[in-house]
Amino acid sequence: MYMKKVIKYVILDILKNRIMIAYTVFLLAISLSVFNLEDNNAKGLLSLLNLVLILVPLVSIVFATIYVYNATEFIELLVSQPLKRVNIWLSIFTGLAVSCSLAFLVGCGLPVLLYAPEGSGLMLILMGLLITIIFIAIAMLASLLTRDKAKGTGLALLLWFYFTLIFDGLILFLLFQFMDYPMETPMIIFSSLNPIDLARILILLKMDISALMGATSAVFKDFFGTGWGMSISLLILLSWIFVPLWWSVVKFRKKDL
Amino acid sequence: MILLPVLASLPALAGIIRVSPSGPIRSIKQAIEKAKPFDTIIVEKGIYKEGTIIVNKPVYLKGINYPVIDGENKYEIITINSDQVTLDGFAVQHSGSSSYNDIAAIRINNARKVTIRNNQLDDTFFGIYSQHAGSCLITGNTIRSYPKTELGSANGIHCWKSDSMQITNNKISGHRDGIYFEFVTASSIRNNYSHDNLRYGLHFMFSNKDIYDNNTFERNGAGVAVMFSKEVTMLNNKFLSNWGASSYGILLKEISDSHIEHNDFSRNTTGIYLEGTTRIMVTKNHFNGNGYALRIQASCNDNTILQNNFTGNTFDVATNGSLVLNKFSRNYWDKYEGYDLNRDGVGDIPFRPVSMYSMVVERNPTAMMLFRSFLVNLFDKTEKMLPGLTPEGLRDDQPMMRSLKF
Amino acid sequence: MIIATNVTKKFGKLAALDNVSVNCNKGQCISLTGPNGSGKTTLIKCLLGMVVPDSGFITFNQQNILHHWKYRSQIGYMPQTGKYPDNMTIAQVLDMMKDIRRNDKTELDEELIDTFDLQNIQSKKMRTLSGGTRQKVSAALAFLFNPEVLILDEPTAGLDPLSTELLKDKIRKEKQKGKLILITSHILSDLDDLVTEVIYMQEGRLRFHKSIGELKEDTGQTQLSRAIAQVMKSN
Repeated sequence: MYMKKVIKYVILDILKNRIMIAYTVFLLAISLSVFNLEDNNAKGLLSLLNLVLILVPLVSIVFATIYVYNATEFIELLVSQPLKRVNIWLSIFTGLAVSCSLAFLVGCGLPVLLYAPEGSGLMLILMGLLITIIFIAIAMLASLLTRDKAKGTGLALLLWFYFTLIFDGLILFLLFQFMDYPMETPMIIFSSLNPIDLARILILLKMDISALMGATSAVFKDFFGTGWGMSISLLILLSWIFVPLWWSVVKFRKKDL
Repeated sequence: MILLPVLASLPALAGIIRVSPSGPIRSIKQAIEKAKPFDTIIVEKGIYKEGTIIVNKPVYLKGINYPVIDGENKYEIITINSDQVTLDGFAVQHSGSSSYNDIAAIRINNARKVTIRNNQLDDTFFGIYSQHAGSCLITGNTIRSYPKTELGSANGIHCWKSDSMQITNNKISGHRDGIYFEFVTASSIRNNYSHDNLRYGLHFMFSNKDIYDNNTFERNGAGVAVMFSKEVTMLNNKFLSNWGASSYGILLKEISDSHIEHNDFSRNTTGIYLEGTTRIMVTKNHFNGNGYALRIQASCNDNTILQNNFTGNTFDVATNGSLVLNKFSRNYWDKYEGYDLNRDGVGDIPFRPVSMYSMVVERNPTAMMLFRSFLVNLFDKTEKMLPGLTPEGLRDDQPMMRSLKF
Repeated sequence: MIIATNVTKKFGKLAALDNVSVNCNKGQCISLTGPNGSGKTTLIKCLLGMVVPDSGFITFNQQNILHHWKYRSQIGYMPQTGKYPDNMTIAQVLDMMKDIRRNDKTELDEELIDTFDLQNIQSKKMRTLSGGTRQKVSAALAFLFNPEVLILDEPTAGLDPLSTELLKDKIRKEKQKGKLILITSHILSDLDDLVTEVIYMQEGRLRFHKSIGELKEDTGQTQLSRAIAQVMKSN
C-alpha cells in the first residue's frame, strides 16, 4: 500500500522538476521540428534515432543519479519510518522510471505516433522507453557506488560515455583485429553487452536497413530478424533493467544512511 | 457485331472457322487442322482441354471473352511452329512443369512475325517462350504464376536466340525471371510491369543493341540483371522496392557502351551495382531512398555519372578500390553541405559521395552492425573534414546546389 | 524495550561503534551524550535500522530489528538536521507522512503543529525554511503518530529559546505517559530536569549507563552538565 504512495510522491516531485519539464519540452520541440523540416517521416525517424541513442540515455542516467543523491535526505526520512528498505528503493526506481518514461512519451512518443505511427516508429518508442528505464536502473546502481555526489555524477557520465562511444570503439577495434575470422556470431553476443547497440540494431531492422544489414552479413538478419531473435533481444534488454536494479537493491539493503 | 472491324481488316480471301463448346467444331486442334493459311479461327468462350495444341500454319486465332485453354498441369499448351501466327485474347492456364524440360504455356519455335496479344496466362511454368524467333510482337499479356521456390519456377517471357522482338505492355509476376533475354538482339522491351518475381524482373545476357524503356520493375527478389552485353539502352524505367540481401535496381556486369537515362531508382538495396563495366553513361536518373545508390567495383572504368539526383540514400556511392577511373559531374547530392558564392547553381567545393563508413563496411562487412551509432557518425563527420580513407579521386567537382528537374 | 548487544560498526578503519551494549526501557528518558564523534548518532541510526551493524544485534520488544522493519511504526524520530524534498510544502510533507504511516489504529497527535503554529506557514516550500523551522517540522513529525518510543537527535539545536521550552514541555508530557525517550544533545543544561538516565559514549565505546541520581552521587555535582564535564575531564 505505502509503496504506491511513495511512488506517487516521487512522481509528483519529479513531474514538477524544472529539468524534467525542460527535457520534455526539448524533446517535443526537436521531435516536432524534425518531422516538420524533413520531407519524409523515415528521415525524421532517423534523426530521432540519434536522440534516442544519445540524449535519452544521457539525461536518464545523469538525472536519475543526481535525483537519487538529492533525495538522500528524503530516503533517510523514509528509512526511519516503518517502511521496508527494499520497497523504498524500488518505489524510488519506479517513480523515476514512470516519470522519465512519461517525459519521453510526451516529448518523443506523441510526435512519433502523430507523424510516423508505423512499425519503425513504434519500435523507436519502445526502445526509447527501455533505454530510459535501463539507464535509470544503471544510475540507481551508480549512485550507490560512491557517497560523493560529484563523483557519482562523474561516474554516471563515464558510464554513458562508455555505452555510447567507447564500447563501439572497442568493438570496431576487435572487428579489425580479427578480420580473418568469422565475427558475426561473436558480434551478436557483443551487441547484447550494450543496450544502446542492441536497441539501435532492433530499430534499424524495422527501418528497412534490414536489407543493408542482410547484404553485408546474413547472420544478423537471420538472428535479429526472426521473432525468436527479437524475443531474445527484448529479454536481454529487460535483464539490462533487472540485473543492475537487483544489484543496487542488494547494495541498498546494506547501505548506512 | 463487335468483331466486324477485325474481320474487315483480314485478307479478303481468308475463311473463318468457329470453335465453340456447343459445336459443330468443338476443338481448336480440329479447327487448325481444317484451316487454310491466313484463315481466322474464332474461339468462343468455354474451357478447352486438348493437351498440346500445335499451330503449324499461319492462322489468326481469336478468343472471344477469353476462352480458357487448360494444360491440366501436364502439357505444354500451345506450340507455334509457323510464321505469321497471331494468338489473341485467350486465357491460357495450368501448364505442366518439369525440372528437365522447358515446358511453356505458349512456345514460339523457329518462327517469325508471330503476334501474342492480349492473353491472360495463369499458373504457368514458362509463360511465353521464344526460340530462334524473330520480329515477333508480344503485347498486352498478363502473365501470372504463384511463387514457389526459385527452382520450381521458370521465366515469364523467355527469349533465346531471337532478334527484333517487341515486348510491350505486359504484366508479369510470380515467375523466376519476369523477362529473360539470352542472345537476343535488336529488340525492345517497353511499357511492361514486371513485379514480385522470385529472382530478376528482367534478366539480360549476351544480348546486344537492345533497348528497354518505360518499364516498371518492382519488388523482385534481385531486381534487374544486365550482363555480358553491349550497346544496351535503358530509358525511363522505374526500379522500385527491390529490397533484399542481394537485391539491385540494376546489376550491371561486363556491360559496355550502354546508356542509362531518365530512370527512377527508389528504395532498392542497391540502385545500380556496376562490375566490369566500360563506357556506361548514367545520366538524368533519380536515386531516392536506396541503401546504396551506386556501388562501383574497382573493375569499372570510363563510366560517366552525370546530372543525376541523389536523395535520401543511406550511402550515395560505395566502392571497393582506391583507384577511380570514372567521372562524376554535375550531380545533385542531398548530403552536400558546400556553398555557392558566385550563385551559378554549382557548389564551389567538390563533393565526396563516398562515406568513410561505407569504405569500412566494404572491407569488413560485419562492421555494418555499428552503423548509425554515435561513433560512426563521428567518424563520418571527421572524414568529411580530413579525408584519409576515401578515394581521393572519387569526387564531383561540380555538385549542383538544387535538385535537377528533367 | 530496546536492547543492543555487542553492536560494532566500522566506517573504514574508524570504529564508530565498538562492542556497544545498551538496554533501554519504557518510562525512561535517556540522555545519550559524549564528545563529538563518539558514535551517538551512529547508535541511534543503528536503533532505527538506518545503519546496519557489522556485528552484534538489536532487539525491539524481543524481536531482532534486522528482519522486523515494522517496529519502526512505534518510533518517532527527529533527525539532527531534518531535510525534506525541496519542492514540497510543509503541509504536503505532513500529509505525505500521514499518508505513508497512518493506519486506522493510530490517533494523530498534532499538538506540536499547533504549538509551533505550523498551520500559518504550511504552504511554504521546504527549501525556503530556516533551520529552526525545519527542526519544528521534524519535531512535529516525530510526535505526530503518538509513538511508544521517541528518538530525538539534537532536538533543540537551532531552536529559539521559546520553542526549546515548548518542545521540552512536550517531551515532559510524553515522558509522563510512560514512553521511552532517547535524546542526544550537546547542550546539556537543556535536559537537566528531563533526564532520568545518562548514557555516556566515547570513541565509539559505551563509557557508562547510569541513572541521573547515581551520576550526581558519583561526581558530586548537582547539575547534569557539570557532572558530565567532570567525567570528560577525568577521562
